Amino acid sequence: MSVLVSILAIGGFLCLYRIYQGPSISDRAVGVDIMGILFVGITALSALFYDLPYLIDLSISLALFSFIGTVALAKYLEKRSLDD
Amino acid sequence: MISTIGWIIIWVGVFFDLLGAIGLIRFPDVYNRLQASTKCVTLGTVGIMLGIFLIKGFTPMGIKALICTAVLLLTSPVAAHALMRGSLHFGTKMWKGTILDTYGTDKLGGEQIEREDT
Repeated sequence: MSVLVSILAIGGFLCLYRIYQGPSISDRAVGVDIMGILFVGITALSALFYDLPYLIDLSISLALFSFIGTVALAKYLEKRSLDD
Repeated sequence: MISTIGWIIIWVGVFFDLLGAIGLIRFPDVYNRLQASTKCVTLGTVGIMLGIFLIKGFTPMGIKALICTAVLLLTSPVAAHALMRGSLHFGTKMWKGTILDTYGTDKLGGEQIEREDT
């Protein structure tokens, strides 16, 4: 079980490498997006592992906040205002 | 039996997550990275959620996992599409091995491909 979370954490570190290394700002935005979805998986596995149902609520809200953050970053890259 | 199938689906999902993260490292430009990692990571996390639903059954945790599956399937491709469109309009160049860019020729006035001599 901890092997599964460790594999996801390795994926998170690869995303951190891309955020640190990325040549353009778009690469960093991609790394943040992918790392958010990986954290959703880590939270859901923790909920299954420790048998705590409220951690699934946390993963739903993490997915929604990751979506909102990524769309805001995309709007910023597109040089448009947020209410357009 | 159903629990075993759920564990197998969770392992496959975690494997796809790792493949998506490796694709984020290994591909040459931002569009290839998005195309590789978003689909793999979405499928992997949806696999984890479906495995949790198969293990837990129709308990509150299983139903919440199904809701999280629906949320992920709706939001993650939309976010990736918005990010790709945003980086095209931002002016991030494609990899120099790219052959054709019709969106750039039609909408942005010229191909958005990185060239050696320019």
